[in-house]
Amino acid sequence: MTDVAVVGASMTEFGRREAWIRELLVEAGAACLEDATVPPEAVDHLYVANMASGEFEGQTGVSNALASDLGAVPAYTQRVDQTSASGGAGIYAAWQSVASGASELTLLVGGEKMTHRTTGESTDVIASLTHPVEYKHGLTLPSFAGLTARRYLERYDAPRESLARVAVKNHANGALNPHAQFQEEIDVETAMESPMVADPLRLYDFCPVTDGAAALLFCPADRAAEYADDYAVITGIAGATDTHVVHERAEPTRMSAVADAGRDTLQMAGRDPDDVDVAELHDMFTILEFLQMEALGFAPEGEAWRAVEAGRTDRDGELPVNTSGGLKSKGHPLGATGVAQGHEIYRQVTDTAGERGVGADVGLACNVGGFGNCVTVAVLEGR
Amino acid sequence: MEAYRYADGSVGHPGHPVGPDGDEPVGTVDLTDHTAEVVTWTVSHATPPGVREPNALAIVEFDVDGTGVRAIGQLTTADVEIGDEVRPVPCEELRDPSVCLREQESQSWDGYRFEPV
Repeated sequence: MTDVAVVGASMTEFGRREAWIRELLVEAGAACLEDATVPPEAVDHLYVANMASGEFEGQTGVSNALASDLGAVPAYTQRVDQTSASGGAGIYAAWQSVASGASELTLLVGGEKMTHRTTGESTDVIASLTHPVEYKHGLTLPSFAGLTARRYLERYDAPRESLARVAVKNHANGALNPHAQFQEEIDVETAMESPMVADPLRLYDFCPVTDGAAALLFCPADRAAEYADDYAVITGIAGATDTHVVHERAEPTRMSAVADAGRDTLQMAGRDPDDVDVAELHDMFTILEFLQMEALGFAPEGEAWRAVEAGRTDRDGELPVNTSGGLKSKGHPLGATGVAQGHEIYRQVTDTAGERGVGADVGLACNVGGFGNCVTVAVLEGR
Repeated sequence: MEAYRYADGSVGHPGHPVGPDGDEPVGTVDLTDHTAEVVTWTVSHATPPGVREPNALAIVEFDVDGTGVRAIGQLTTADVEIGDEVRPVPCEELRDPSVCLREQESQSWDGYRFEPV
């Protein structure tokens, strides 16, 4: 199996954009090729990570459209949908294409256009991933977060403020990210007094609805120096699923797909959780940052809130988490998110993250679909 | 409110074509004959089209002959606490299917809400 390198990365501004899905994908894809000084016709495989362009915009066939719009015809194209984990699944697909020898140069572009819909409509598109029994009761992803957060706070006697501290930390990071949807710091009081959304979680416990796109360029590691002086190698990557019906899981606060994918990824990389210098976790809701830290072995079960309260996951802490601002502050254009997580880790391990840089050599990205239903984890290391 | 019993002795709701053991169901259990305990709950204030607002929801656990069976659904009231005892009460339409994304004919829309005992 061929070792795979990431030699280029880009992301558009995240937020409320006038551009539609095709324009967002082209913007990110072209910028990524430019980042590596590669012409579009050199691309062998082109993957588009996208959850729901048909449902949101009535535009399907986005991978073929992008190949045409970028000038990458006749590259093989494929759309990758794994709901909110489409971007991470796209990284996995891109990695497979190069590792297998099927492609010498693979471009992955993730994107979603959402803000033209009302919050209720966007919530419904996302909730359409649920089981019929969940859907008819009006279960949404935010309501799963409320159910799980209450359980976590009660089970581990964690203070409500600890969740607010996740939002405060990630907003502080996002304030340094010129691509983030929210580039403003907030305080605990603001988060704690914001409107209730899914009791006990409030507005600042949730990521926003976002338009945006991000891209990564992959090639065999032994050819990476042709494209970039500094690059990243994917030393570990894996995915896993959990039950479709969320309440069937033995313990609601345990994300077994994250644990399974994380264990396999670290094993492939020959790394322990302690070796990871920086992590991007899927903080669609603040509670998910706690649950992923615990499932990935960054904190003992029921103890992640203590690590956050102690500042261990701050940018100057021993394990900075979500230096990009996370989904919370950077935004969450569904199909783009996993790719944008990869973008941040690539920037961190190649020392090109600017003010957000933490001097990392080993970075981990964890992308979650549904409420932990499907997960991909990747470890990138700088070269 | 029908749960499925599988060959390995487990009971689950909703039913699936295969259970945790990979085998087909061997029988059903009517959960309306039982009460359940609230495992956790929330009240959703940002609901999608066709869903009541606010929407009080809970994960509950039934005790079926010593086997825990979890279910999820709407509550009749937001005035609950973890550990409260609830029972399922029928509801003809849990959500208005004429205004949501999913095709109306693709699934049922009736069911049960959980009411404190």
